[in-house]
Amino acid sequence: MEKFENVSGVAAPMPLVNIDTDMIIPKQFLKTIKRSGLGANLFDEMRFTRDGAEIEDFVLNKPAYRKAEIIVAGENFGCGSSREHAPWALRDFGIKVVISTSYADIFYNNCFKNGILPVVLPKEAVDILMEDAERGENARITIDLDGQTVSATDGTEFKFEVDEFKKHCLMNGLDDIGLTMQKVKAIDSFEAEYAAKTPWA
Amino acid sequence: MSAPKTIYDKIWDAHVAHEAEDGTCLLYIDRHLVHEVTSPQAFEGLRMSGRTVRAPEKTIAVPDHNVPTTLGREDPETMPEDSRVQMAALDQNAKEFGIHYYPMNDVRQGIVHIVGPEQGWTLPGMTVVCGDSHTATHGAFGSLAHGIGTSEVEHVLATQTLIQKKSKNMKVEITGSLKPGVTAKDITMSVIGETGTAGGTGYVIEYCGQAIRELSMEGRMTVCNMAIEGGARAGLIAPDEKTYVYCKGRPHAPKGANWELALIAWKDLFTDEGAHFDKVITLKGEDIAPSVTWGTSPEDVLPIDALVPSPEDFEGGKIDAVRRSLDYMGLTPGTKLSDIEIDTVFIGSCTNGRIEDLRAAAGVLKGKKVKDGLRAMIVPGSGLVRAQAEEEGLADIFKDAGFEWRMAGCSMCLAMNPDQLAEGERCASTSNRNFEGRQGYKGRTHLVSPVMAAAAAITGKLTDIREFG
Ligand code: SF4
Repeated sequence: MEKFENVSGVAAPMPLVNIDTDMIIPKQFLKTIKRSGLGANLFDEMRFTRDGAEIEDFVLNKPAYRKAEIIVAGENFGCGSSREHAPWALRDFGIKVVISTSYADIFYNNCFKNGILPVVLPKEAVDILMEDAERGENARITIDLDGQTVSATDGTEFKFEVDEFKKHCLMNGLDDIGLTMQKVKAIDSFEAEYAAKTPWA
Repeated sequence: MSAPKTIYDKIWDAHVAHEAEDGTCLLYIDRHLVHEVTSPQAFEGLRMSGRTVRAPEKTIAVPDHNVPTTLGREDPETMPEDSRVQMAALDQNAKEFGIHYYPMNDVRQGIVHIVGPEQGWTLPGMTVVCGDSHTATHGAFGSLAHGIGTSEVEHVLATQTLIQKKSKNMKVEITGSLKPGVTAKDITMSVIGETGTAGGTGYVIEYCGQAIRELSMEGRMTVCNMAIEGGARAGLIAPDEKTYVYCKGRPHAPKGANWELALIAWKDLFTDEGAHFDKVITLKGEDIAPSVTWGTSPEDVLPIDALVPSPEDFEGGKIDAVRRSLDYMGLTPGTKLSDIEIDTVFIGSCTNGRIEDLRAAAGVLKGKKVKDGLRAMIVPGSGLVRAQAEEEGLADIFKDAGFEWRMAGCSMCLAMNPDQLAEGERCASTSNRNFEGRQGYKGRTHLVSPVMAAAAAITGKLTDIREFG
């Protein structure tokens, strides 16, 4: 996984609440057996008409947001299906950070495993950043993962919380499996003990 | 004496293989269920890094999401290209890595969350994961079951553990008994109506109370199935006599002395007196009505005798969401829900595709006919459910009524295969998600129980089962 670098860029405003993974990447694109290439269909049904033409109104189709690296979203972003295709599609499109008041659990975890930082901030902060985002290229939002801050265009800084371990992995581009493999002895001994206690399992 | 524990605490403690200083744990996984849509990239990852499956004997694969459900579906000539590719990938991966496998032409094939319990893979006290959010279903057995993403699928395949931090405990108690016509589906939808789709985020829910105890195992699975729709990481129910009876004798349930040992352990799976819950919600069983969703989020749910709400009834960001939802659903505020006409009925899915659901639907449909011009289909949750329904004569009731009688799979629950709604079509569905486009591009979904779906098929509109006879 790539290391997460600090981001300073244009944020696309998506104030809708409960944006689910079916919206992020509709199921007709789950038929792939690969991870890459899904960015072309990110938010497909909101972004394109049935015959493939762009829907002008949709935020990522507006000139200012075509290269957005950040999404500021309404609450409970990423709810619904557990499909990891959702973060794959976001990342493939170029999104590195999502900012919202809350996320669905599975989506939240999936982000970290794919180099995306999901930032949780209180509603007042998200409201201010949403206003910034609505100003398109006239506003840039800056995210510093190490310092755990998001800065609005006027310099106002918001501190956010993030799990230390997840932060460490994201910053160093570490792969979970490799890390867990280092603890294989602990797993081996747990497994032996557990099998003795629960022979039916 | 140690502090009183919830069931979740107990299962958690029994499965921590390693704990880091910051509380991040490696949770040992007893059962890993795998399906064709969220696994190919995980197996690809294993192969690329030269890793193997650590515990193939605890790993079970079955294709369900993208399988055709028409008779004669195995014919590669008629199978859509993408289904064929995913089916072939699962087939190849199952064989190469030596995991348990129920291919499409095996009578035991079906929706992964129906197959797991049916084959006795899911047992009390276990940790169960699957690359699918409705893994919560297995919590009905008093197991800790949750959905995971594809990276985590790969992690479990390679290490038989999952990196986890402990969630908070929530208790959802349903007191008293349900009124006639009210089902497990109505319980679980009403709870989401109460908490919202984010109300459970960060929690593991324990469902308890008399109304839950009175449910069959099938009903309990329906309740836990939709825990995820309330945002919870998992939902679970303490095992009891009904649980043991359901498990006993299933192909992969313990036998002989192991069964006795298991029973002793399972009897300890209850929440201790005085255990701490971070949040408690109580509903009265007798207050729960047959329910139906009107919008595009499972929290958009109301009793069938209510009216379509108006955006002004809501606050904050939800106002716009409701406006969008009503527009998408083509509904006008103030309309009686029971006046909404439908053109499609879908009975099936991991929420309501079990034998009891089909029996309930058949009870309503017996001797009746589907309304003219309405398309109705029943997709059993597994090949074994299908066989059982044929043996009990239910299939004939469905066919006589004018329902299509399909092969097992997820089908129109997520409409990856050709079972889809056309643009603007309106469906009464026993599945669990009413998101935009879920059952087909611009399709409109109303979530209901099997009896309500069956009644709607006959009348051609959303129908109060209590007034139907
Ligand atoms: S039936 Fe529906 S909800 Fe259940 S596993 Fe299949 S697609 Fe998911």
